Amino acid sequence: MKAFLRSSMYVGIIAIGVGVCAGAQQAHPSKLAGDFAAGKEEFPRYCNGCHGIRGDGKGTVAPYLDPKPRDYTMGIFKCRSTPTGTLPTDEDLYDTMTRGFVTAAMPPWAPLPPQTRMDIVEYLKGFSPRFANEAPGIPIVIPVESAVTVSSIKQGEELYQKLLCAKCHGARGHGDGPDAPTLVNVKHEPLPPYDFTVTNRFKCGETNSDLYRTFMTGMDGSPMLSYADKLTSDQGWHLVHYVRTLQVARKNKGNSVLAPAVGQKSIAPSQQ
Amino acid sequence: MKSLCEFTRNCGSEHDDVTTPGIVFLVRPVKVPSRGCLRNICRRVARSSYGAILAILLAFVGFPEKASAIPAFAKKTGLRCSACHEAWPKLNAFGQAFRDNGYQIGNERDSPIYASPLYWPAGVRYTPQWHRERNSAEATNQSATGVQPVSTQGFDLSGIDLWFAGLLAKNISFVVLPSSDEYANFHLESGWVRFDNLMKSPWLNLKAGKFELDTVVSEKRMLTLSQVGGTYQMYHFLPLIDPKASATTPVAAGETGVSTTGFGLGDNQLGLELGGHSHNDYTRYTVSLLSSSDGSVNLPTSKGYDTYMDVSQSVMVNRLGPQTFGAFNYIGQSPTRYLTQTPAGGGAPANIAGSGYGNRDFTRTGGYALLSAKKLDVVPMFMHATESADIALGIPSNEATPKGVQNPSWNGRMLELYYTENLQFIVIARYEDIRDSRQVFASSISNFGDMDVETIAVRWMPFMHSRAGLAICPEYSKLHQIGASATQTNQTLSSAFIGLDFAF
Repeated sequence: MKAFLRSSMYVGIIAIGVGVCAGAQQAHPSKLAGDFAAGKEEFPRYCNGCHGIRGDGKGTVAPYLDPKPRDYTMGIFKCRSTPTGTLPTDEDLYDTMTRGFVTAAMPPWAPLPPQTRMDIVEYLKGFSPRFANEAPGIPIVIPVESAVTVSSIKQGEELYQKLLCAKCHGARGHGDGPDAPTLVNVKHEPLPPYDFTVTNRFKCGETNSDLYRTFMTGMDGSPMLSYADKLTSDQGWHLVHYVRTLQVARKNKGNSVLAPAVGQKSIAPSQQ
Repeated sequence: MKSLCEFTRNCGSEHDDVTTPGIVFLVRPVKVPSRGCLRNICRRVARSSYGAILAILLAFVGFPEKASAIPAFAKKTGLRCSACHEAWPKLNAFGQAFRDNGYQIGNERDSPIYASPLYWPAGVRYTPQWHRERNSAEATNQSATGVQPVSTQGFDLSGIDLWFAGLLAKNISFVVLPSSDEYANFHLESGWVRFDNLMKSPWLNLKAGKFELDTVVSEKRMLTLSQVGGTYQMYHFLPLIDPKASATTPVAAGETGVSTTGFGLGDNQLGLELGGHSHNDYTRYTVSLLSSSDGSVNLPTSKGYDTYMDVSQSVMVNRLGPQTFGAFNYIGQSPTRYLTQTPAGGGAPANIAGSGYGNRDFTRTGGYALLSAKKLDVVPMFMHATESADIALGIPSNEATPKGVQNPSWNGRMLELYYTENLQFIVIARYEDIRDSRQVFASSISNFGDMDVETIAVRWMPFMHSRAGLAICPEYSKLHQIGASATQTNQTLSSAFIGLDFAF
């Protein structure tokens, strides 16, 4: 015990010193400029195996992956802040790389230095001629979120039915709707719909704003369309609040609102 | 001259049945109980007429057991080796974060239930090789001076590592690593279970079993493999006992000739490790509570415990990436006395395993940095070590320390450079020195046992895949130590090596 205390003291002092000196602030991606040459150096280390040396999604392990890796040569990206059909911003690509894709092989590359991530973004843009010929779209505006209420969730549920979300995602959000087996991506590769119940995250982020953005921008290259012309902003938030209740992986605001309102522990639809 | 079996008497019995060859040109196989006990043996041999050669060779270059890259993970994740390794098995920042997160990437596909039924969390590493070993002062009967240069060379094999590693369930990771010597005599190099992200916090992870200490400058993942260059000398250095000084400073009253620790910071240890890290893995800590046995099984020494702590912090430097600074501290103890029992058939009393008492302390304290500048990585490291003279000389705690005997201490310094020309070609250069700051015998020359080691190596991986790896690794390493030969002249050991290091 004496040795333990002595050891604790030594390392504690060092830890405090190190902590004081720690300046582990990461630069915001908007302040970073990607370096194509540096990205070219880094891309093979982290990305080649899946996305291939030409960025065409034909890396050596691609045959074993499901879903398949992104084909950068098409210049089509799921997670964007920009309207459907437009190119993503550098920050969108940076955020995707940082976040990874839940339930896919794409890991979160957050441990890489921000500059490295931005360099790779710059490099992968070079695989598609679209980036040379088009400017990125203008990011959509996300309005202030409306309150999470039972009424909002109820309206969201009605929208879920009206917009036929259940045809793909299933009535309880398990990704087992009647159309699910038939869905393919833009390359005609099978692409099962997202199962909301697996995790508290979504493909393109984990906040309510991220989900709202996905509804409005769609996920280009996949059967998930943009609903920007079908939903008002309030309706968009209603749908967000309802879909949140499908997530049973952890407590969320939608569920916590529903529970006291109905007087039971949980009334998340997928648990009914 | 004492026999080797005498030397092993403090090392327990049940783990004495593994035979490992000595260094090739010493011809004779050595009975080996464990790596810790081996070093214990080495120190005793160093004081015998057998000379210091065997001790140095065994203690410092003879046990290059390696952890390695784990192809099982690459098979599961689909990522190439390079995603997690600067050059396998050396981890990069992403690999370190993956390791710290309990072998989980965080994309909700980590759990075994998402893996293919064909997925089997196993990997194998093996290294056929050619090498040349030279000893500038080998003790031999054919030399008028008692020593002469001896060298040998030829094709050889390494031991084999069988890696089983992965997840038992979400946030429960494991490693089981049976490892063999060149004769396929297996021991359990590593075996543990880790409960990750306790209370949903990356700051709380608990590991139990036998594991590598959280030495960020990892000897298990180093890129050099030769007999001389395959270890960090400072992790294993133990002070040489100067026979001349010993002769002028009688210690016969208390000295048993038994070194009571064979400790090596690079040895895997048995115990518990509480560790944690920030979400971006820039801040890390570990605290370990370990049995005072240097990883030997069956409780061969005493019921004492050691502690180890490591803390590190990375600082982001734009364009250069994270620069890491850290410190570690090990406080250990080792018994100086044992209960004994005379064998039924008579003979010398034998120590009773686990009955050690009269513990004395030893410490290892150091700091390191992992600095990166584009293609160049620089790793400086410093370590200060102290040890009780009672441990160094095996003086029982109930006897007074003889006059002229003092607690030894020494300092190790290392500078390691990695130049990564590209993913598949890396050059490694390392310089290491160890300086005794206080000799066991006050009358010893001040630099007795001081050591300098230089290593240069290349690691070329002709292909890069997630299912297998091959590296061609030429290497040259030279170790020079003052007074280390059997006749107390200076001694130089060198290794030239080229291996085919592969894993699948």
